Amino acid sequence: MTTIESSPEVAAAVSSASVDADSPSWLDRFIDVFTSTDHKVIGRHYFVSGLLGLLAIVVVNVLIAIERLDGADTVLSSEVIPQLLDAQRVGLVFAVLLPLAMAMSIAFVPLQVGARSIVFPRLAFAGFWMWLGGAIVTVVALVNNGGSLGGDSDMVDLFIAGLGLMAIGLLASAGTVVTTILTTRAPGMTMRRVSPSTWSALVFNLGVVLVMPVLVGTLTYLFVDHRNARTGFGGNEGIFDWVGWIFTQPATFLFAIPAIGMLVEIFPITFGRRTPARGVMFAGLALVGVAALGAVTQQNIQNLPWAGSQLSTSNLDEKTRDLVPYVIFNGLPILGVLLVLLVALQIARPTSGMKVKVAPPVFFAFFGFGMVLVGMLGNLLYAVDDAAVQGTVFEEASLVYVVYGAVLGAMGALVHWAPKLWGRKMHDLGATALAFVGVGATILATFPLYIAGLLDQPAGVAYDNNDLQIWNILSLIGHSLMAVTALAFVLLMITSLARRGDDVGDDPWSAQTIEWATTSPAPRDNFVDVPIIHSAEPMLDLRAAASAPTNGSES
Amino acid sequence: MYALPSAAPPAPQRQVLVGVTLAVMAAVMMTGSMLAVWALQRREAIDFAGSWLPDGVTIPEVPTNVMLLAFIGLCVFGQWAVYSAKHDDRGHTILALGCTFLVGLLVINAQAYVYTQMHLGIADGTYAAMFYAITGFFVVLMIIGLLFTTVAAFRFIGGRSADRELLTAHALYWYAMAAIYAAIWFLVYVTK
Repeated sequence: MTTIESSPEVAAAVSSASVDADSPSWLDRFIDVFTSTDHKVIGRHYFVSGLLGLLAIVVVNVLIAIERLDGADTVLSSEVIPQLLDAQRVGLVFAVLLPLAMAMSIAFVPLQVGARSIVFPRLAFAGFWMWLGGAIVTVVALVNNGGSLGGDSDMVDLFIAGLGLMAIGLLASAGTVVTTILTTRAPGMTMRRVSPSTWSALVFNLGVVLVMPVLVGTLTYLFVDHRNARTGFGGNEGIFDWVGWIFTQPATFLFAIPAIGMLVEIFPITFGRRTPARGVMFAGLALVGVAALGAVTQQNIQNLPWAGSQLSTSNLDEKTRDLVPYVIFNGLPILGVLLVLLVALQIARPTSGMKVKVAPPVFFAFFGFGMVLVGMLGNLLYAVDDAAVQGTVFEEASLVYVVYGAVLGAMGALVHWAPKLWGRKMHDLGATALAFVGVGATILATFPLYIAGLLDQPAGVAYDNNDLQIWNILSLIGHSLMAVTALAFVLLMITSLARRGDDVGDDPWSAQTIEWATTSPAPRDNFVDVPIIHSAEPMLDLRAAASAPTNGSES
Repeated sequence: MYALPSAAPPAPQRQVLVGVTLAVMAAVMMTGSMLAVWALQRREAIDFAGSWLPDGVTIPEVPTNVMLLAFIGLCVFGQWAVYSAKHDDRGHTILALGCTFLVGLLVINAQAYVYTQMHLGIADGTYAAMFYAITGFFVVLMIIGLLFTTVAAFRFIGGRSADRELLTAHALYWYAMAAIYAAIWFLVYVTK
């Protein structure tokens, strides 16, 4: 039962179609799952791959943390460690952060804008498989001594090619999402009426369209040079000098935007309010997109190169010249996040008669947002030369904060929209518990490394100060907890998928946006009839109309 | 029971045009990044060794200049196809697309001629590797453009003459290609 009016002809057609449909064989289902161009299926593929990537990378993080326990490479051989460090950096961004952010876009955006499908579905489909192919190629290269510090020349080539393939795949997928938002919105859905998640997806995917070609262009040079001349780009050791900007801040802020947007997607539902100052919220999310500049300029960090004495001696011109890029690259994204937080706080401001409906997604969204913000603040400090944390584990901590924070946001999205994807909710208590374990894991895995970085623990696994060991033990516990969180989340998903006969209804959260007007799970074409939109919160309007006193007739 | 009012599914709104615009943006970003790295390496090579172009290598300027002029033709033919389609002139539309295809093919031929005249092996140092990378990418974009022209032409020949948006997107692609080649021409072939 949907909450969209259907003409009798459409209703009859839908009813007869469901009666006539033969139940497909397992082979048909298998083929359908792996060849479907339905955006929800492609989004699910990205989600599952991102979660599997998370499990793999958390294991890598645990191995690195174990290596760090005594500051020497005692557990694994010294040849394996560089591959692990490469795998960690590449994996966190390309196997976890980007696929999960893309999953949130592809799976839910067409539903949220009232489209019956994603635009260019075959391109979105091809994009996923290109990304997956690139990921597999990259893993094969790393396992066989490829990577930036690898000793096998062919495998290094394969590593570069794998990165390029992943970037092209994500670029293709991003193009379809942007086109869908710009061209396929339901009647009446102006850009000011799109949901925060859709706006986040627009900023994120536009950023990907701008950023990935820069990466592919540089990788093309690296590949051709490494394969042939090997003179101009520093060989394999030069790979991260040239493309390292994609694996660190501020470029990663761009990829965390969908997780940031989750806060303002979920808060209005939790507090039963309309989103005030939508323009401010949109501007905030767009400001985070300024992080794309980090990629466009191909810079790792925009330093503030002020040693203490220079604060008083250098002239104003020099200071301004240093300060402007520092603020633009590192400060503007934080300003954007603070604007989003301001709007969220405005939604949550206590008033008399306010009914708060706390559900698991709000914990994930809030914790994810917070962790991303802490990661961003860490980067603000990291870029100051005088803080003397460059070249330490501080930068890794900042990256892991952003990635694990975005993971929590993506988990929140899955918990929230699970009814639309597979027709059932995930277990409320289990999901809530996982949100708390997840945020604890993130803090334990990363905050000790902030401290270790401030105490000059160098990047990599080796250090010679025994006082640092305690921080590395805590970090190991944090990564291990995150492994438990990821595994438990996957199990929770499987349990939810396997549960039968648990009808959650079309709108189990009393949500506000139009995807909750269609059935759970959403049908292949999303909406039997495309709804007409008259406000940014059509479902809220509907409930308000239903509860308003009537004159004896209902529309 | 309250329900959201429904409507017929809206007609697609310039999906191809928006999609091609995004593709063009991506191509421009990729070319821009490659040219930026080119300029950086060139400056470092000149600072270090005094020259960027390897000794004994000369760039044949005639074909590179002719390619630039050919792009004027490509833009005109692309726009001619749009104009003819708007006036329901099927014959001229197909003729314009045919001319676009032919000139595009000539540009690829000219690029191949440049390769043969430069006598430069891809493994002959940084310049050679970068030269083949950036011009190779340009050739890939040209091939994509030719495929686009072919698809547009066959759709028209097949009777889908109302599909003017595709031709507008097609013209946009060739405008962007002209800008991309102009940048490559200036930095790679003129500035050297």
